[in-house]
Amino acid sequence: MKTVNLKVKRYDPETKESRYEDFSVEVEDNEAVLDALIRIREYQDETLAVRCSCRSAICGSCAMRVNGGAKLACVTKVDDVANEDGEITVEPMGNMEPVKDLVTDMSGFWSKVRKVQPFLRAHQPPPDREYIASQDAMGDLAHTMNCIMCGACVSDCASLEVDENFIGPAALAKAYRFVGDPRETQESRDDRLKELSKYSGIWDCTHCYACVEVCPKDVAPMERIVDLRRTAQESGFTDNNGTRHSDSFAKSVSESGWLDELKIGYQSFGLDDAPMQLRMAPTAVRALLKGKLPPVVHHKRPGHEHVKRIFQEMEKE
Amino acid sequence: MRAAIEAFRLGADVAVLTKVHPVRSHSNAAQGGINAAMGAEGDDDTWEVHAYDTVKGSDWLGDQDAIEIMAKDAPQDIYELEHMGVIFARDEYGRLKTRAFGGATNQRTFFVGDITGQVCLHVMYEELMKAGMRVYEEWFVLELLKEEGVCTGVVAMDIKTGDVEVIQAKAVILAGGGLGRVYEPSTNGLICTGDVQALAYQIGAPLMDMEMVQYHPTTLKGNGALLTEGARGEGAYLVNSEGDRFMSKYAPNKLELASRDVVSRAEAMEIREGRGVDGCVLLDCRHLGEKLIKERLGQIAELATLFAGVDIVKDPVPIRPGMHYIMGGIKTDANGATVVPGLFSAGECANVSIHGGNRLGANSLLETVVFGRRSGAYAVEYARQAGPFHRVNEEELAGKHTAKFQDLMDRPYPGYTAASLRLELGVAMDKNISVFRDEQGMQEALDTVRDLTGRFQGLTVRDHGKVFNWNLLSTLELENMLVCAETIAVSGLARKESRGAHAREDYPERNDADWLKHTMAYHSPEGPVIGYEPVTITNWPPERRVY
Repeated sequence: MKTVNLKVKRYDPETKESRYEDFSVEVEDNEAVLDALIRIREYQDETLAVRCSCRSAICGSCAMRVNGGAKLACVTKVDDVANEDGEITVEPMGNMEPVKDLVTDMSGFWSKVRKVQPFLRAHQPPPDREYIASQDAMGDLAHTMNCIMCGACVSDCASLEVDENFIGPAALAKAYRFVGDPRETQESRDDRLKELSKYSGIWDCTHCYACVEVCPKDVAPMERIVDLRRTAQESGFTDNNGTRHSDSFAKSVSESGWLDELKIGYQSFGLDDAPMQLRMAPTAVRALLKGKLPPVVHHKRPGHEHVKRIFQEMEKE
Repeated sequence: MRAAIEAFRLGADVAVLTKVHPVRSHSNAAQGGINAAMGAEGDDDTWEVHAYDTVKGSDWLGDQDAIEIMAKDAPQDIYELEHMGVIFARDEYGRLKTRAFGGATNQRTFFVGDITGQVCLHVMYEELMKAGMRVYEEWFVLELLKEEGVCTGVVAMDIKTGDVEVIQAKAVILAGGGLGRVYEPSTNGLICTGDVQALAYQIGAPLMDMEMVQYHPTTLKGNGALLTEGARGEGAYLVNSEGDRFMSKYAPNKLELASRDVVSRAEAMEIREGRGVDGCVLLDCRHLGEKLIKERLGQIAELATLFAGVDIVKDPVPIRPGMHYIMGGIKTDANGATVVPGLFSAGECANVSIHGGNRLGANSLLETVVFGRRSGAYAVEYARQAGPFHRVNEEELAGKHTAKFQDLMDRPYPGYTAASLRLELGVAMDKNISVFRDEQGMQEALDTVRDLTGRFQGLTVRDHGKVFNWNLLSTLELENMLVCAETIAVSGLARKESRGAHAREDYPERNDADWLKHTMAYHSPEGPVIGYEPVTITNWPPERRVY
């Protein structure tokens, strides 16, 4: 038995204001942050709102920020997160509006899940018995189906912070679950990849790894996004800013040994997208005025031929 | 959700109303799998063997007509789940693969690692999204409407706003799950509070065989978390403090894979006779090897590490019997119909009766899909011939509940809370109506329940807000739990024999002459009135039950 101090960010739906409140609570060894929160709401302050049910990381109700990072409170041991003064900061998930205290509005989360047509579109008519599929394929999907839709990845997604239209790691991992399913028709898979390659889809992830770090179920959403990108490109969905961006990046580095930042700007949007090119112009002018415009003549770096050889070796594989 | 999908397919206007988002429901916790006899790996498993195993598992208290329906329908329902998208484990030919489970003659449990229920639940929700079904998420049912003897809808509160509304319907299907929180500890989620059982009971639908409470043999000591029977299905051992695989004494043929009531009793005996380890026995998975554990028992490995600090690859993990499931529930026929016209039920809250005195592992998910589907279909049939909606006074119906809330909020603080009463309730139930019971203990539990019901009248709700008022919600849940607990205790006291999970030390034998019948608890203002109904026997007359 020891005492910890929970600093809880509370949101009052009536005044629409947030404040931090300190609770001192006794916990046993092996107890989780959720146990402490439940003890508070049962015996100290019955107005504290927190969603929870299973207490074993399967229902996905209790995702919240603990010491600044999204976690499932039920499997976050107090001992692992309390600082030396026994303090733990608990806040609602990010990238969502609070409803009351630690309860957030997840309707946006679910509307994005619905956007990826989250159901199997299998070959029809179905067989009399089961579809034949390999255990490798099913096992791979099990990794993604481990997702409990808790929202932790969305909470801490850096891309979502700057563009709320980004469909986000959870919905994209869900999309992978269908694209990677051998029972799904080729047509449907192509249709999904085409949609996912558009704005707000797979190319809008910035590779920050936050979702991989915070996912309590080891779903690694970003890796699923990378898989989707690869599959989309292999399936010929290359007419998009994401593919052009990565092609330009690779071409520039392989030819000169470093990134041509000027080229990557206009090459990413495609030369035929005049409106987008024009929208870039003010950014270029501002960079010029601040002396931050990349060199207009992009010189090759010494040793660039070695870099090229790396690319050649990789292509051989 | 399966019921809703069936009704939707048949053209009905359907909505799902649930106190949590659908994927937060407790079917998630069904780790091990789902049963069907389909001879998947070239064996000669048949529906008859599955039905017989279920009857024997139930200690002959299950209704055999309903059990036959379930065992016959099972293969098609499994294929349907597979077609919807469930990623069942495959064999080397790409066909569905099975694992062994308790109480089963043949290996017939289809699975997805140890997350079968989670995957089935999420896939079912995918079907709901595909259909564009209306879902009242985070709504709590306060009352079932009954007019002229017929159920005509619900009064419910939107937890997000605190608003109370009347929702009329020609048919209502209750699929609200279990009541595990009546016990402390329990493997059940905090949402499993027996709400729909209490509501149905109060409008005249009897609760059947409520004394049949399942203790799962492998739960963790601390928070009562469940470790799947699939572990034993994959070959894990149960050992006592002397290192013996004690199940050889209690179930020489099936050993660790005897039915759950048998294994739980064996463990309790070992612990009682001093061969336990700190109130537990040990589940030993070490010989299964890291690869298998990782692939098929990943979740429980994680839970054991987290809550018991044990790496099951390297060490045996202490476990004990823990409250897990209620076989009893709202009495329905094989179409999900209760005795109240317009009111249907399926799943753990219902009692068809499949599980009788003891449920076999991996029959619960199966029951939810088979009887979910059937109740959906029959509810539509019923709704088509039901009369038109009556005009109801919505303001008055809702006002009654908001006035009750206000009353709860206006009372002076009595010095105790809903949480402290619930804890007392749970401890009393776990102490007295658990693996073993007797007259004195059950009476003690009943006295406690009645005392708590009295003290409940003094409870106050100190959160006066409307949005996510957990304080109010948990108080209403406690009210439902007390109703359920009373029926458990009264039904238990009534049944003077030992059958299935109801192991009485004062009546240690099964007594078919007097007690091969269902216990029915009917609501009355003075408390449950007990009646009896016969058990349906078709092909399998009672036998001695040996594993």
